[in-house]
Amino acid sequence: MTTNPAFELVVRRHGPSVLRMCTALLGPGPDAQDAWSETFLAALRAYPALAPGANIEAWLITIARHKAIDILRANHPVPMDELPETVVLPELTGKLEMLESLASLSELQRKVIGYHYLLGFPYAQIPAFLGGNPASLRRAAADGIKALRSQHQEAEEES
Amino acid sequence: MSELAMHEMDVLRQRLAERAAAEGLIDVSYRLVDSPVGQLMLAATERGIVRVAFAAEDFDAVLGTLAEKVGVRVLHRAAPLDAAAAQLDEYFAHARQGFELTLDHRLSSGYRLEVQLALPGIGYGHTASYKEMAALTGRPAAVRAVGTACATNPLPILVPCHRVLRSDGSLGGYLGGLEAKKVLLDLEQDRLADPSS
Repeated sequence: MTTNPAFELVVRRHGPSVLRMCTALLGPGPDAQDAWSETFLAALRAYPALAPGANIEAWLITIARHKAIDILRANHPVPMDELPETVVLPELTGKLEMLESLASLSELQRKVIGYHYLLGFPYAQIPAFLGGNPASLRRAAADGIKALRSQHQEAEEES
Repeated sequence: MSELAMHEMDVLRQRLAERAAAEGLIDVSYRLVDSPVGQLMLAATERGIVRVAFAAEDFDAVLGTLAEKVGVRVLHRAAPLDAAAAQLDEYFAHARQGFELTLDHRLSSGYRLEVQLALPGIGYGHTASYKEMAALTGRPAAVRAVGTACATNPLPILVPCHRVLRSDGSLGGYLGGLEAKKVLLDLEQDRLADPSS
């Protein structure tokens, strides 16, 4: 491949899953929509310089992560350390479609998993967004991951 | 996706295209229009209309070619193609014989471009042979090259390659299929609609 696909095809292919990621992190509504718009606008600006054949999905996830963090920062003016390191949930890597299964979790589970695994916040920082305490949030994440794993296994057995 | 989610996605995509246009980030805008020769895809750069494609060409493949040859920032945006869509409607409604649109000929070059630039010289309702076009462009032996120039015309209908036939009057070829070529030729044989009626 000498060039990347037309940007329209990128939006068509990844638009819905990036919106699901933004919605999982920011809740449905204007914040998630803004994160989506900022993600694709930034992607469009940089797209001509993206190496042909690059992993577009991984690239979009990285941009969306930064945009979601920007919005969280704007909404929660709490002191926040440097941009957290990315710790991407292994099952989710390269499988943005899997985010759909996040919808089946409770809102707390979904958000803790999103903040910790997709945005990379340590559990100690998450109470600033969600309240509660680090230990209870860690438990919620563990329960959510367990539920995702069993769903994932079921899906694999079916296929 | 649910209907609501699809609607949300449409709104977001439209908003993205408007912001991208405002920032000058679009290489190619495109839209689809319905016509008697099936759905057509129209594409424009900031210089003008760059491509008209028939459904038989596979629109996604055409978007890929535009990304490769013009620029990867291709987005669906109707506004830059509103005038072209309206004039095509008028043409198919027998209310227009020629097009007043700025064309971007960057997808063609050399002799092909020369032939394509000469094609609008064949008036509405008239036809010419491949041989006549070769003579007209000063290369009487280049009959095959004229055929290629017509077959690779990136702006069919607007640049009327459908008006070029074989010397024996048979249709020759057409990018949009012979049926489409026949529809266009028949359309141009019909009396123009009386604007006062």
